[in-house]
Amino acid sequence: MTAQLTTPRRASARRTSQHRRREATRSGFLTVFVALGALVMIVPFLWLIVATTYPTSEIFTVPPHVWFGDYFWQNLTTLFQSRGFGDALRNSLVVATVTTVIAVFICSAAGYAFAKFTFPGRNVIFVVIIASLALPSQVTLVPLFQMMVELGWLNTYPSLILPNLAVPFGIFLMRQSMSSVPDELIQAARVDGAGEFRTFLQIVLPTVRPALAACSIFLFLGQWNDFVYPLVVLRTQDAYTVPVALASLQGVSSTDYGALLTGTLVSITPVLILFLFLQRHFVAGLLAGSVKQ
Amino acid sequence: MSTTIRPAAVPRRRRRISRWATPFAFLAPVLLLFLSFKAYPVLYALYLSFTTNEAGQQLFVGFDNYIRLASDPLFRIALGNTVLILVVQVPIMLVTAVFLAVAFNSRLLRGRTVFRVAYFIPIVMGLVAYGILFSALLKYDDGLVNFALSSIGLPKVPWLADPFWAKMAIVLALSWHYVGNNAVIYLAQLQAIPTELYEAAAVDGASRWQQFRNVTLPGLRPALVLTIVLSTIGTLQLFDEPYVLTNGGPNNATLTIGMYLYQNAFQYFDFGYASAIGYALTLIVALVSVIQMLILRRRAS
Repeated sequence: MTAQLTTPRRASARRTSQHRRREATRSGFLTVFVALGALVMIVPFLWLIVATTYPTSEIFTVPPHVWFGDYFWQNLTTLFQSRGFGDALRNSLVVATVTTVIAVFICSAAGYAFAKFTFPGRNVIFVVIIASLALPSQVTLVPLFQMMVELGWLNTYPSLILPNLAVPFGIFLMRQSMSSVPDELIQAARVDGAGEFRTFLQIVLPTVRPALAACSIFLFLGQWNDFVYPLVVLRTQDAYTVPVALASLQGVSSTDYGALLTGTLVSITPVLILFLFLQRHFVAGLLAGSVKQ
Repeated sequence: MSTTIRPAAVPRRRRRISRWATPFAFLAPVLLLFLSFKAYPVLYALYLSFTTNEAGQQLFVGFDNYIRLASDPLFRIALGNTVLILVVQVPIMLVTAVFLAVAFNSRLLRGRTVFRVAYFIPIVMGLVAYGILFSALLKYDDGLVNFALSSIGLPKVPWLADPFWAKMAIVLALSWHYVGNNAVIYLAQLQAIPTELYEAAAVDGASRWQQFRNVTLPGLRPALVLTIVLSTIGTLQLFDEPYVLTNGGPNNATLTIGMYLYQNAFQYFDFGYASAIGYALTLIVALVSVIQMLILRRRAS
């Protein structure tokens, strides 16, 4: 009797402990699997950091270095003094920042118009803008180049900034978030006597701050990393942006890997900082690039 | 349209105009920029594709550029390379990304925060930056990847010098760069699958694999369709990675359509032909995405 009573209980206890053990094994396997993948992801980056601390002649060794050298400052000095990387860094920072600020603003305004007003041609205009996403960017490469030649804008900031302001993804994203702003809020602002522009600036924009952050990151990344188009319209070295400058460093017949890899590290630093501080918005910005869901 | 906001009372004649004036004022900057820097160039490229430059003059030549394109062996090579990279790279990357997202979604995973940063690092790197990094990692004699291969007893691979392996180098670099990005998209979708579905499946005695097949994958469908189409469109336009990693070589083994367009436009200054390549690419992209959507949608029903 007692035995009969205890047996099932013991069995179930055995089952849960077995279950727990199986869970632990599974968790271990999973974690090891993901950790190995993470290692593959991060080793190239760690190698890059270590590589920038050695002179070009000592970067590639068999077996590879596992610890830092002491050549980082020399590499950095070479990069900025004799390779003109300072210009590139300044150009990229200015262009990406200005583009982001203006683009976020005008894309928000357009998103607001699409989300909160009715006007003739609204849907057609929106569909045309979104449909332009399907066009390969290379199609406009030649006409934009010719346009910049005609305007005398080669090697200038406007040539990089102006074509990248009306960004379809940005407009789409901002329209989505604007449509969640309550109409009552907008009406209340108008009743209080705020003009249309003030309503937009002081009432509507602050309520969509997370979308603004996601949109800004998305736009900044796009402009910071843009390559083909700047490659085409930037013809002199002092006008280069960071990616163009990097590619040109590589073009030299015998590549100075010390300077090149240091430049690569420098080029990802601003984005890395942005990522570490704004992880949550960063993810939202990435997901913004995959809208439609 | 669910919401319309009426402006305050205005004399009737002017009401309609002022009602439209406000939204158009908000829209004006985007509209103006879109027309000048997108719509106009797109149409101008179409015109250019029917012309050729002779002695500094654009001459109208009808479909000549397209006819030349149809029998251009280099264009065919570029198309073949692009398609090969596409069909190898996209499935490998997306399957890996699905498993990664499932792993990150599991409560059994430890050390999630640390791992997340690791998988994010590649995304943070620009295309040129990681292209350069991989050109260093894939060096034949003293690159890190070949060192890793030979230290586990495998032969060294001529990554950038062999026509086949050069394509695989691009596949490798692309996958490394975009796998985390796609996993993030899947993870967002996974978190939208209600847990009750898994509980119900478990009650019905479904194994983990059956749960994955019958709950996870159908739940992921919208994200899968999206990433397949986006990755395909992106890969068809491939330019930065081959430009930096292999410069189209060896012997045009990694020449992509995007690179061929660039060469024609800015090395041979044949703007008409380059524009025709651009429109051919547009057509290919449109065709492939429509076919994909049709197939993927039919399987859904």
